[in-house]
Amino acid sequence: MDPVVGPSLERSRSRRADDGFRYLTFTAGLLVLLILGLIAYATTREALPAFRAEGLGFLTSRRWAPNEGSFGALAFVFGTMYVSLIALVFAVPASIGIALFISELAGRRVRRVATFVIDLLAAVPSVVFGLWGVAVLASAAPGFYEAIGEPLAALPGVGRAFGQPYNGKSFVSAGLILALMITPIITSITREVFETTPPGQREAALALGATRWEMIRGTVFPHSRSGVMGAVLLGLGRAMGETIAAALVIGSGTQITAKLFASGDAMAARVANEFGEATGNWRAALVGLGVVLFAMTILVNLAAEAIVSRAERVDP
Amino acid sequence: MSALYVHHMTRTRTITRLVGLSLVLALVAGACGGSGGSDADGGNTGAGGPKLAATTLNGAGSTFAKAFFEASIEGFKKGQPDVTVNYGGGGSGKGRTDLQGGLVDFAGTDGLVKDEDKPKYKGEFIYVPTVAAPITVAYNLSGVKDMTLDGDTLAKIFQREIKSWDDAAIKALNPGASLPARPIVVAHRSDGSGTTEQFTKYLVKAAPSWKLKSGSTVEWPGDTQAGNGNAGVAAIIKAQDGAVGYVDLADANTQQLSKAKLKNKSGKAVEPTLEATTKALEAVTLKDDLTYDSLDSANADAYPIASPTWVMVYKMQSDKAKGEAVKAFLGYMLGAGQAQAEENDYAPLPAAFIAKAKAAVDAIVLPA
Repeated sequence: MDPVVGPSLERSRSRRADDGFRYLTFTAGLLVLLILGLIAYATTREALPAFRAEGLGFLTSRRWAPNEGSFGALAFVFGTMYVSLIALVFAVPASIGIALFISELAGRRVRRVATFVIDLLAAVPSVVFGLWGVAVLASAAPGFYEAIGEPLAALPGVGRAFGQPYNGKSFVSAGLILALMITPIITSITREVFETTPPGQREAALALGATRWEMIRGTVFPHSRSGVMGAVLLGLGRAMGETIAAALVIGSGTQITAKLFASGDAMAARVANEFGEATGNWRAALVGLGVVLFAMTILVNLAAEAIVSRAERVDP
Repeated sequence: MSALYVHHMTRTRTITRLVGLSLVLALVAGACGGSGGSDADGGNTGAGGPKLAATTLNGAGSTFAKAFFEASIEGFKKGQPDVTVNYGGGGSGKGRTDLQGGLVDFAGTDGLVKDEDKPKYKGEFIYVPTVAAPITVAYNLSGVKDMTLDGDTLAKIFQREIKSWDDAAIKALNPGASLPARPIVVAHRSDGSGTTEQFTKYLVKAAPSWKLKSGSTVEWPGDTQAGNGNAGVAAIIKAQDGAVGYVDLADANTQQLSKAKLKNKSGKAVEPTLEATTKALEAVTLKDDLTYDSLDSANADAYPIASPTWVMVYKMQSDKAKGEAVKAFLGYMLGAGQAQAEENDYAPLPAAFIAKAKAAVDAIVLPA
């Protein structure tokens, strides 16, 4: 009897444990969705008075005058996108460069130190970057901006993004600070993606007489393209949601302009700046900015998720 | 591949660090508070009265009055070491919302509650005026240490209709001065603020050409610059030759900025001083609910932008110990606290205001 009963008992017990574990983790997973759902519900409900009062104008109007009950978020949606774009323009090439150096060129010891420093940089609270931005960058920048901006303003087309005014607190200042903040994240993911390139492929490329650059171009880049895209989108998500650093250096201007050195404002920054004094529809409109930003970051994160998971499927 | 994992890990690490940092700060703050209370010398510091039961009062709101609250809390604590008073700032609007929600025991506010918001409160509340302060028009213009402006010119400057310091309107107000043809840089608050509200209310009252109306934030022209808090605006002015902005007296003095004289209602150019602010209050009528409007005062020696500030509390207190502490704390602010006002760049209230305010505090009802 014993030899027959034993294993079956064992099997049923282990199955029970498995089931229990499955339910536990399933609930945990569900909880995340539930919390997200509740946040979306609660914020949307709070924002409803503003959405009702403004209708579609909340997204299409660029006039934000709380003291006159006018709430159009377009200038801030633009500001958020513009600043994030500037941040990516600076951060992506830098991150890919650092990641390539660490994964392909650096020696073992340098690699360890560099990885450590990058991770350390990712852990610096954003307010520290913001304070540096407002205390150092914003006060030193105008002269520097003017020196760069004046000659470039004469160019046809892109010249429109340069030229007067040259404010220390501007789209570019915020973009630079955000670039500093997202570089560690993009670097650290990109480096991991680069390192998943199968050694066989690299060796094959080198064996065919490729230089190191040709090897990187021929094997590492094609292999990691979608992984790097995912990293960039994650960085973009963080740049869009960053609040304090942006609030301190963006200049809080309500305007839509291509001028890089002009003051603008981002959605999260506007919420942080005005929430303390806001009541009634104004408060609702600020929560509404949060809802719109929430939706935008979800889209970006979904895109990142999709791209990263495609990268994983391609992995051998 | 664990891209998402890495992302989350760095986040968690940041959070852990932040928690650690705030713990350290809390400990340091606790240590400082402790040493402040240890040199208490009984009842003769003005916090007076019988020793109150241990309790904690929480307040939030006006950042404009925060320095006065902090000085009062420190002084009050010496007489009543068992009562802990916290004041969180956060803005007048936040103070009022927190009082509605019952999150705080008192609110500091520079503005008044709108009629439609009154039902949101948990009962009848009272305003207790505490101090007043001038809002200065501070500027940075090398070579010009003395300048007079009036409401209308100020409005045109902040609306970007006057863009150069040698504009005819400014010249007319300063006949002797040699004004340079330097562009004007306008600085204002990036955060919603009672200071902005009082400044724009003054412009609504005193300047026919002002079009942006009033509010704790208004639709500033795009080619202006914004700073966070009074300190942020003062920093912008300090940094740029040609800049002008509105800041409280404390920050204007800290940054050693030049302050413009403003022409008051009677046409006299008055410097932003505490005396001229108290003068502004002397000419206004205190309403029954202790609210008043001291902007563009009729007093001949008044500085025209004298900003009021109030403490808001519920008339019916629900907790006896807290209620007693609230009365004692307000009593301190209206008594010995007034002497601390000037060293913190606030103007004390005129005697008539104090008498009425004290009567209002006495009328606060405690539960049996």
